[in-house]
Amino acid sequence: MNPKTLFASVGALLVLAFAGGAYFYKQQQADAAAQLARQNMAALVRPDAPGFGKPDAPVHIVEFFDPACGTCREFYPLVKALMAANPDKIRLTMRYAPFHPGSESVVKVLEAAHRQGQFEPALQALFAAQDAWVINHTSHVEMTGPVLESLQLDMTRLQNDANAPEVAATIARDLLDAKTMNVTMTPEYFVNGKPLPSFGFEQLKALVGEALANAR
Amino acid sequence: MTEVTDRRWALVFGAWLVATLASLGALFMSEVMGFAPCVLCWWQRIFMFPLVLLLALGLFPFDAKVLRYAMPLALIGLLVAGFHVLLTMGIIPEALEPCRQGIPCKTIQVEWFGFLTIPLLSFLAFLTLNGLLLAAYRSASK
Repeated sequence: MNPKTLFASVGALLVLAFAGGAYFYKQQQADAAAQLARQNMAALVRPDAPGFGKPDAPVHIVEFFDPACGTCREFYPLVKALMAANPDKIRLTMRYAPFHPGSESVVKVLEAAHRQGQFEPALQALFAAQDAWVINHTSHVEMTGPVLESLQLDMTRLQNDANAPEVAATIARDLLDAKTMNVTMTPEYFVNGKPLPSFGFEQLKALVGEALANAR
Repeated sequence: MTEVTDRRWALVFGAWLVATLASLGALFMSEVMGFAPCVLCWWQRIFMFPLVLLLALGLFPFDAKVLRYAMPLALIGLLVAGFHVLLTMGIIPEALEPCRQGIPCKTIQVEWFGFLTIPLLSFLAFLTLNGLLLAAYRSASK
């Protein structure tokens, strides 16, 4: 065989093997994740977790998030817009996955705000001021004070709740559920128990569209 | 082409094949399977990845000087991989471990057939590379 032909065909073969292998691996992973989700619905749906939308909405999105995560901040308004475009059809449950260093304390404050019925404004304020309290991928709970001060919060109760063992237990349960569901990155979405086949807003939209069509 | 050049071309081509397989394998594990490479893995990648381009360029047209440029990379890569293997086997004590943050290099992420770890694969790839390049070098001086 001519050396150039040999080189080109071996090179092409290797690239094809890589692409094919990647495709099959991803496919296999997606199937495994879907099966895992089917087997662990209880770990996905916790009735006391904060959320939005009508409880009897046919499409249920569960999101694992970290308030320090930049992509979670970008996706939040997009998901809200998706809900607004399909009124009363979609509900969203937010699950804590504080993966950034220091985020666990911030999530405790957020859960404390949830116990005062102020989850949404607190989350929005934290997302809006993310650059002020997340420095170099590390959350600084001591810098979230000014962010939350303008909200309708009982700050003394907030402090007490943030340090309460029940709040810590909720966070620990969410983290354990994230582990059960093999959630390693945020944000991670499940639509009626189905995980995203691959990450992206288009994929989320497609999955929600499918669930909406099934509900009709 | 003379017979000697043919033989050397085949050896360099073999070395290119090993480097390319190793590089694609490393990329598959980090980008597709999602294993984060530790610091020592990055050092080995630094000495492996350029060989894919360097050796390919040395093949067309065949340029024996490519051995001179490729061998130092392959040799240093072999040393790093050897160090990494000794570290995972626990022969070099943990105190010498150069990784401080992220993924500790001592952690074994994969073990195929009960003994084949990623650092060992890298070591074997570098060993083969050095062997092939050395053989090509030797057949020149004959």
